[in-house]
Amino acid sequence: MDVRKIKKLYYDVKKCLGCRSCEIACALAHSQNRELIASVKAGTLALPRKKVCFAKGKSYPVSCRHCREPKCVDACMAAAITFDAEKGLVVHDDTRCVGCWMCVMACPYGAIRPNLKAKLPVRCDMCPDEEEPACVKGCPTKAVIWQEEKR
Amino acid sequence: MSRVEDKSIDKATQEMLRRAKDENITVSWDRLESQSPQCGFGQLGTCCTICNMGPCRIDPFGEGATVGVCGANADAIAARNLARKIAVGTAAHSDHGRDVAHTLAHIAHHQGNKTAGGGHSHDYEIIDTEKFKKLASEFGVDTSKPQGQIAAELSAKLLGEFGKQDGELELLRRAPKKRQEIWRNLGICPRGIDREVVELLHTTTMGVDNDYKNIIKNGMRCALADGWGGSMIATDVQDVILGSPRPIRGRVNLGVLKEKYVNVVVHGHEPVLSDMVVRASKDPELVKFAKSVGADGINLAGICCTANEVLMRHGIPIAGNFLQQELAIITGAVEVMIVDVQCIMPALHEVASCFHTKLVTTSSKARFPGVEHIEFSQEKAYEIAKQIIRLAVENFRNRKKERVNIPKHEMDLVAGFTKDVIFQMLGGRYRATYRPLSDAIISGRLRGLAGVVGCNNPKQTHDYYHTALVKELIKNDVLVLQTGCAAIACAKQGLLVPEAAKAYAGKGLQEICEAVGIPPVLHLGACVDNSRILTAASHIIEEGGLGEDLSDIPAAGCAPEWMSEKAIAIGFYFVASGVYTVFGASPFATLGSANLTEYLTKELEGVVGGRFEFCDDPLKMAELMIEHIDKKRKALKLKPWMYAR
Repeated sequence: MDVRKIKKLYYDVKKCLGCRSCEIACALAHSQNRELIASVKAGTLALPRKKVCFAKGKSYPVSCRHCREPKCVDACMAAAITFDAEKGLVVHDDTRCVGCWMCVMACPYGAIRPNLKAKLPVRCDMCPDEEEPACVKGCPTKAVIWQEEKR
Repeated sequence: MSRVEDKSIDKATQEMLRRAKDENITVSWDRLESQSPQCGFGQLGTCCTICNMGPCRIDPFGEGATVGVCGANADAIAARNLARKIAVGTAAHSDHGRDVAHTLAHIAHHQGNKTAGGGHSHDYEIIDTEKFKKLASEFGVDTSKPQGQIAAELSAKLLGEFGKQDGELELLRRAPKKRQEIWRNLGICPRGIDREVVELLHTTTMGVDNDYKNIIKNGMRCALADGWGGSMIATDVQDVILGSPRPIRGRVNLGVLKEKYVNVVVHGHEPVLSDMVVRASKDPELVKFAKSVGADGINLAGICCTANEVLMRHGIPIAGNFLQQELAIITGAVEVMIVDVQCIMPALHEVASCFHTKLVTTSSKARFPGVEHIEFSQEKAYEIAKQIIRLAVENFRNRKKERVNIPKHEMDLVAGFTKDVIFQMLGGRYRATYRPLSDAIISGRLRGLAGVVGCNNPKQTHDYYHTALVKELIKNDVLVLQTGCAAIACAKQGLLVPEAAKAYAGKGLQEICEAVGIPPVLHLGACVDNSRILTAASHIIEEGGLGEDLSDIPAAGCAPEWMSEKAIAIGFYFVASGVYTVFGASPFATLGSANLTEYLTKELEGVVGGRFEFCDDPLKMAELMIEHIDKKRKALKLKPWMYAR
């Protein structure tokens, strides 16, 4: 596949209101029951893989950029994180993860967080089974953009 | 939810939704879609906008902020938000009650003037004199005085209930003694209606009450001021000045709009105006005018609770419930839609602008930009009503015949059951008593009672939750009492006719319905008339045999498709009166606080005898309600349900 055809997440920071709806949409997309009320009731609400950060009066969503030269892959001693060049995705194999958090340390964007309970890193997987990542639809101001990479 | 069948089970609604789509008209279901996904913090109740240090949000994932800038945690934030909604709901019902009490004061004023030789006639009068005197004596007014004087003293006392600072609301005394004791011990007897609303709002402002249990306690006191105060006053005084409803046949659904007639729709909540509109629509001069413009006459229909009010008192047909307000206009056959207060979608103006329909606002409390406003005044009520009807007749000429598309669907119903009428139906006119009803429950022929009330909400399949739940309840021999848009929903599906008993009810309920000729589902009126359910339940306790307190009765309440803040106030006055109450759709934005949710759904039962349950499946709701009813039957050591399967 032509790498240029791979779609990526972009953000129009001017449109981001910092409402954190993308966080909730992301968490629901990764929860067993994909509905907020039911997930909270059942206590199965997953952690969001995306976080809205605030700096210098601006807010912007941060999630894994699926770098073509991923620092986390280099840092992973268990080879749990790999880069799938064909799909343009950084993927990880939970079964291999030893919970050393080196990926968390190495990510230059702070896009990987540790899930201390599950002892696994929390990182965007681009919702591989869906048409588009959940945060795209979840954004009320369309600040989250899902389009082909322009080089 | 793109299929119309998923949006509503009502055929007329489905037809109009298809038409709206064809004509590119946006309705509430479309707007819900463009609002989705809705804000998660709002849904969980953990967004606080009370002060300007915020807005603050509590992180639902437990990773971020656990308290707001002021230090309030999720419990305090969710409870304060909820309490504010109780205050608003109470304010809405009670302000309605105040207006009605004012009308009584006007009647007194005019009667006083008349006896003094001067003054002019008034459009309102005291119609149910029996109820008038009963109410007056409840308030300690000497009923041997002339009518005008009683009205003056009674209205002063009623209005006094709103501004009272101390003591207890007068109508609390209608509750069983034991219930009053529970309230007193908890310190939740409302003192004055306005005071409770103001005080609750005060306690929820920045830096006041942070104890969620105390916030809910004060919330319950405020809600009781609605159920046993504002709402009850509204219901009772409306019966006095507009007449107490009697069982009456009517028709329901959009099919009641007539192609060859000038169609006028009343929508909103206060019957003081709509009652006059009913009179004006029959005015020979206006009917003649209608005929002169080529119509066969004037056809009046209602939407929402004002529809229930004019149906119960005059048999005026109901065009639909809350979610059908826009659809009525989309028939292209409505000349004028008159609105007053509450549940009127701001979107109506835009929908009306797609047709010849004129939207007319009448209350100074509810203005819509760009909409014709004809302000209602009690002084000139009939004149104003005639003016609006005239406007409708004049607008008939502008109707585009080719755009008229009235769905053929309509249904019969019987409405007009009040606490007094239930007496008479069951006991007979000469031995009016609740005995037969109580006996039916005691013997197990009736399993119990259920109140199914509330609104519509596009988040749920319109009317489905109401009807599926009610059908399941009556199948299990539970007699269902309904008000508001819930009653309209079931009426459209044919559940409010005596014949429905044979088709849907269990054997025990069938026997009762056949013996006294009532439907298995009783329509008690508008949402403000939920107070009728409280008084009816108190009468059941008075009759004896079913315990000493409202919480002892094998009964449960439910608002399956609720959306309004008024529903929250109603839920709280029912729970604070000891009733197990199930709410559908999304819970009251409390899930962001596990403690508050636990308190409302579990612990509260130990405090006031009633508690909440949140559930989004109608059959499961029925199961929960019946389970509670059976629990109460067991506690009373009643015989088992007679026709248990």
